[in-house]
Amino acid sequence: MKPILEAIDVRKAYANHVALDGVSLSIPEGSIFGLLGPNGAGKTSLIRIITQITGADEGEIRFRGERLNPSHIAQIGYLPEERGLYKKMKVGEQLLYLAQLRGLSRADATQRIKQWLTRFEIKEWASKNVEDLSKGMQQKVQFIATVLHQPSLIILDEPFSGFDPINANLIKDEILELRNQGATIIFSTHRMESVEEMCDNIALINRSRKVLDGPIGVIRDQFKTNTYEVEGKGKLIVVHPDFEVVEQKERENGHFYARVQLHAGVRPNDLLRYLIGAVEVEAFREKIPSINEIFIRRVRETMPETLLEEAV
Amino acid sequence: MASKFLLVAQREYLTRVRKRAFIILTLAVPLLLAGFGVFIAKLAQSDDSTEVVEVRDDSGLNLATRLVSTPQLRFVPATGTLAEAKKGFVKAKHEGLLYLPAGLDVEKPTNVQFFGKGNISLKRQLAVENALNKAFSELKMQKSGLSQEQLDRLRSKVDLKATSLDDTGKEADSNALATSGTAYVLALAIYLFIFIYGVQIMRGVGEEKSSRIMEVMLSSVKPFDLMMGKIVGIAAVGLTQFLLWGLLSVGASTVLVPLLTGADKDKPKTEVAATTTTAPGTASTASADGEPQSAAGRFDRGMSQQNAQMNPSKRFDIFSTLGNLPIGTILFGFIVYFLGGYLLYGALFGAVGAAVDDQTDTQQFMFPITMPLILSYIVGLSVILRNPDGPVAFWMSMIPFTSPIAMVIRLPFGVPMWQLALSIFLLILGFIGTVWVAARIYRVGVLMYGKKVTYRELGKWMFYKG
Repeated sequence: MKPILEAIDVRKAYANHVALDGVSLSIPEGSIFGLLGPNGAGKTSLIRIITQITGADEGEIRFRGERLNPSHIAQIGYLPEERGLYKKMKVGEQLLYLAQLRGLSRADATQRIKQWLTRFEIKEWASKNVEDLSKGMQQKVQFIATVLHQPSLIILDEPFSGFDPINANLIKDEILELRNQGATIIFSTHRMESVEEMCDNIALINRSRKVLDGPIGVIRDQFKTNTYEVEGKGKLIVVHPDFEVVEQKERENGHFYARVQLHAGVRPNDLLRYLIGAVEVEAFREKIPSINEIFIRRVRETMPETLLEEAV
Repeated sequence: MASKFLLVAQREYLTRVRKRAFIILTLAVPLLLAGFGVFIAKLAQSDDSTEVVEVRDDSGLNLATRLVSTPQLRFVPATGTLAEAKKGFVKAKHEGLLYLPAGLDVEKPTNVQFFGKGNISLKRQLAVENALNKAFSELKMQKSGLSQEQLDRLRSKVDLKATSLDDTGKEADSNALATSGTAYVLALAIYLFIFIYGVQIMRGVGEEKSSRIMEVMLSSVKPFDLMMGKIVGIAAVGLTQFLLWGLLSVGASTVLVPLLTGADKDKPKTEVAATTTTAPGTASTASADGEPQSAAGRFDRGMSQQNAQMNPSKRFDIFSTLGNLPIGTILFGFIVYFLGGYLLYGALFGAVGAAVDDQTDTQQFMFPITMPLILSYIVGLSVILRNPDGPVAFWMSMIPFTSPIAMVIRLPFGVPMWQLALSIFLLILGFIGTVWVAARIYRVGVLMYGKKVTYRELGKWMFYKG
């Protein structure tokens, strides 16, 4: 699919540190893209360049093939990590103001605000000051403000931090719905487990550099270690040239859990056949590496040992 | 984008104008001013309220009609015998009774008696004596052959008319009060405006920063538009407030002051009649409120004549001097320095709001901004007002940080055109400079959290790349 956004060799330096060091990315249209990495890796710097709050020192950002410029502001929605609204402004007026700043006409904005407030069941709060709302309601308002102008690219920085579980689920559903309608979503987070099941594509950033990117399935395949998890009953003693037990745990009533790695060229059915002869198999599945594990492995591969601990 | 700038300015304006505090303040200040006016008027009234002295004239010299009433002292004929009159003036709440006994010697008047309630003040006694002296001299002059007409002409009131000569030898009425008063009011207006609304800009930016809405805003609006929108929006708030204060104060004063001070109904009439320079006859009909005797007409005429001569002439003077001030230049200059000064300082206040996290940290940055402002106000009202063409006045009206106040103080006294032009040129350069500096500080500062900002740090921000 054609990329909605491309970053080409973007560099950004501040007075005493380099925030982005030659980062290139391609974000396919209509996907959910995870921009992952630890705190201080450079995610927010990249986002601020995409949202045109700051500019890149070198390199280029392209939006649908065009060089990024102020006319694209209307097509981008941004929920920053630092959330905030004008406390002394009424909810409805605030949304109207923010929508108009994003290029929406007054009439369109008014109508959509009504729809969204009804949808989030906070319609009766429209004429209340923001400071009178509960935190959960403020978060809903903030989310509405992000998507009100129907942006084709929505950037969510640490989207679930600060949201209570109920609102987090609500927002999750809305995000998936927006994706289904054709919007592209960028998730930026350092809590990789929180978004990995939603992402179609990811990019891992560490210490101002991109360390890995691609479709999440491809990346997982790439990092599979040909290891399988086995649960069953009996005594598992593997003496076989093709397999090797990496880990084994005894459980009560003679049950066990084990991770078995297959040597190159060996197929899972070979292991299964061997297991069936030896124990009673209750579960058998491939061990899929989590993004976090992949990240750590990738960082270990690309970085000297001394820097590793700080990074992770 | 212009439309975004307007949206920002509109929001800044509307959210502030609709605040309850704004409405209350807008209404309260004129009421306070009017109340203050009432207070002053009451004080002034109690100070020179008219004292009424009854006159019992048994001298047969027709002296009573020659006693000239002034706005402070009014003579009315007493009724009945001396004994009755003594009781009568106390009952009528009049201040005193003047008794001119029969057989009074014009050359050597003794035995004239003055009865008053309680202690008779020296001021009152002197006033009565003064009136009597004048009456006796008139009487003597008449005896030596002057006609009444000639006597009337002798009654003169001298009012000094000060005239200033300018370089070209052109004459203009000079009234130091009107000129300095104008200068003072203009300077105060600019000083207050910059201070009150400059601090509002700073607070507004601080709130945006601390409520963390800045990042959302900056992803849709350029920092420069955001800052200028705020400055212009708040300027509009200020102008609205000043305009309403002006209108409501005038309204409240004209309605409330006469109402609360209970001013004599004939007073304004007299003034109106006099300023339209109608003959005093009109005034006397207005003030002849039910005095029984025909002599009263004459007493009163004396008073209103005085009124007609004194009060309106003074008023006329001030107005005509105001007319002689370079009104066009003053107005033009005031608007230029008002807006220029506000923009210059407003941008700096905005930058301070952007630079600091905590409102308590603003002090160290506020000081260098407020110092030239306060300095120009204090020096302006002391040195410049006394010597509007001196070197201090000249230099302070050239430096953009002090010129908004220094120059408006000089304006009513007349400023050479080249100085005005140079000063405005420098002011424009000055505010372009400060807006540029402020925009750079603002752009970096608004997203900078949790960092104690120093001057060195601010200096570095100037040279950050976009």
